[in-house]
Amino acid sequence: MSDLAFAAPPTGAATFLRRALRNRSFVTGLAITALVALVALVSFFWTPYDITHLPVAERMKPPSASNLFGTDHFGRDIFSMIMIGSRNSIAVALIAVGIGMGIGVPLGCAAAARGGWLDEAVMRFNDIVFAFPALLSAIMITAIFGPGAVNAIIAIGIFNIPVFARVARAGALALWPREFIMAARVAGKGAARITVEHILPNIVSLLLVQGTIQFALGILAEAGLSYVGLGAQPPMPSWGRMLFDAQTRMMVAPHLALFPGFAIVITVLGLNLLGDGLRDLLDPRLNRER
Amino acid sequence: MNIVKTIMAATALASLVAWGAPAFAARDTLTLGVVLEPPHLDPTAGAAAAIDEVVYANVFEGLTRIGPSGEVLPALAASWDISEDGKVYTFHLRANVKFHDGTGFDADDVKFSLDRARADDSVNAQKGLFAQIDTVEVVDPATVKVTLKQPQGSFLYNMGWGDAVIVAPESAETNKDKPVGTGPFRFDNWAKGSSITIVRNDDYWGDKVALAKAEFRIIPDAAAAIPALLSGDVQCFPFMPVGDALAQIEADPRFTVVIGATEGETILSTNNKKPPFDNLKVRQAIAHALNREEIIAGNGSGLGTPIGTHFSPGNEAYVDLTGTYPYDPEKAKALLAAAGFPNGFKATLKLPPPAYARDGGQVVASQLRAVGIELELIPVEWADWLEQVFKNKDYDLTIVSHTEPNDIGIYARKDYYFNYDNPDFDKVMADLDATSDQAKRNELYGQAQRIIAEDAVNGYMFQLAKVGVWDAKLEGMWHNAPVQANDLTKVRWTE
Repeated sequence: MSDLAFAAPPTGAATFLRRALRNRSFVTGLAITALVALVALVSFFWTPYDITHLPVAERMKPPSASNLFGTDHFGRDIFSMIMIGSRNSIAVALIAVGIGMGIGVPLGCAAAARGGWLDEAVMRFNDIVFAFPALLSAIMITAIFGPGAVNAIIAIGIFNIPVFARVARAGALALWPREFIMAARVAGKGAARITVEHILPNIVSLLLVQGTIQFALGILAEAGLSYVGLGAQPPMPSWGRMLFDAQTRMMVAPHLALFPGFAIVITVLGLNLLGDGLRDLLDPRLNRER
Repeated sequence: MNIVKTIMAATALASLVAWGAPAFAARDTLTLGVVLEPPHLDPTAGAAAAIDEVVYANVFEGLTRIGPSGEVLPALAASWDISEDGKVYTFHLRANVKFHDGTGFDADDVKFSLDRARADDSVNAQKGLFAQIDTVEVVDPATVKVTLKQPQGSFLYNMGWGDAVIVAPESAETNKDKPVGTGPFRFDNWAKGSSITIVRNDDYWGDKVALAKAEFRIIPDAAAAIPALLSGDVQCFPFMPVGDALAQIEADPRFTVVIGATEGETILSTNNKKPPFDNLKVRQAIAHALNREEIIAGNGSGLGTPIGTHFSPGNEAYVDLTGTYPYDPEKAKALLAAAGFPNGFKATLKLPPPAYARDGGQVVASQLRAVGIELELIPVEWADWLEQVFKNKDYDLTIVSHTEPNDIGIYARKDYYFNYDNPDFDKVMADLDATSDQAKRNELYGQAQRIIAEDAVNGYMFQLAKVGVWDAKLEGMWHNAPVQANDLTKVRWTE
């Protein structure tokens, strides 16, 4: 069964787990990502302080026992702000990746399955979208449709489409000439059915790795958009805008910038490590070498 | 990078000085930073302070003008006589005055400008200034006689406003893009979104100005303002959005920091005809819910004087009414319940770009939330604010600083965006117009302040401070802002 070479590790769950635990970047990345996700979840039930209340008298306090990361220019607890801001970052990036996958993968698979003019049309459209720097175009979209979390999601999502379309198409194209696909065709299955039953399960690992990387990029893009004032609007906290607010106060209170900056770095780092680890674990070529 | 540049510049300068550098002329150009870009440059056709902050006293002049301390000074009218009954003003105009396009200035231009401003189809933003004018007559080319319907104590002051400048019939229609005035500077260039340049008018009738060229660079972003100043790109911010960096700049010997007073009553403007804000109890509840100290502290620099009414604390007629509805959230909740909103209500708060609005708005929203009023914050650009809020009155609440001097009269205007209507107030304003005795006028101003404070027309927050920052070698900038202006006529470099 030659398709096994493309599929997720064939050697059983226990072996996979053992290999995964030996992969240092996977473990570190997973731990960081899980921590960030946990923080976001906890923020729904509990934060150290209520950030809708602005105790201005407490403004710009340095980190202390009562305010772990200090307070911002409105006296809000920065730790609580970062906790709630993580929700925003994760939600925007996750939905944007969802949009990119949801539209890009079917497009890429269809292009690979049908070939011909459809392939050309999809890929040239991708080229056009790719030709614009993603963040610049996201700024353009939010500038036209107005700032806000929803438009930020759409803007980032649109630029995830060609990424996933390309990955899906490349993966699918490599599979189509294979014997097991031919067998399926001989058995009378249509292109759509083959794609769903045989192609998709075999490219899922590629998409997973790409999804993790795009997720990290989405978080960065969201922070960038909020930083220029086009992301989530106040009073909803967002890491990018926290950085913006901190900018004029850097000389007086550096902690205002430090902590949201760390939050972004750590989250993106975690996701990138996770993506690296996943690639190592799922890549069939690396598997075979073992 | 900048340090390297500074060192290089300093070395270059030192070598020039060492060599005597005969060609090294005195510095005569200035780049000023302004936060807001004016919508156009015709002060007789717009309410935006940003217009006057470029053209007032620099490009355009009126019959009189307002000086740095708010005093009335002669401008195009060298002198004037007032009749016994206080109704007839005879203005003696200056000779040899030319507009920048070369056309001459005479009494006909004055008549044209005043008639245009008070005409029915006038787009002047301050038509009230001209409301008492009955007739304008040209006596001879150098004399104009203005007859008032009744004596008006503030008439000469009113004629000094930016909205009352004298324009020429030949250029009045094109002043929005290409302003033509009589002032000591000529309009040179407007790079939209970037900067406005004015240059010295060598045909000026009065003393020539020291600056050959001044550029108003538009820097809406506070984060960009500070680096622009520190790098020397911009040498002067008459109104610096300095925020918490104030201490850092004050400690820097390269700069002069002057904290002055403005006429900017910063208020939570309220749509008085839109339910539920048409209910006095709701407005009183909002007034009780506002904590002025916190609003001021949350505003970056923390500068500003609490006010309880729409009047400048620097004015001798000012009455401190901050105690009318003191901060008392419990009372606010009780008033809301009495007004039929025991669980509060939802409303919107539109916020123009300045920090006092965008940052202040978050503090205000937090304070109103504490008494049950949920505000949705809607950031709007300046042009949208003028269109939606100021013109179409499409808003619940907004935060804005009213920087016009002595502008309590706007509460008598039926078409003003507050949608406020109180005959008692109108009567006080009418009496005020007919009174020229200063003590009596101050008393009437006091009454007017009390009426609007008790009616809680708007949420009265604080008087905006003017944080002026400029190069320590620059002199002649205004310290206070009695009118909306960046008067550059006396500005010069000291080396």
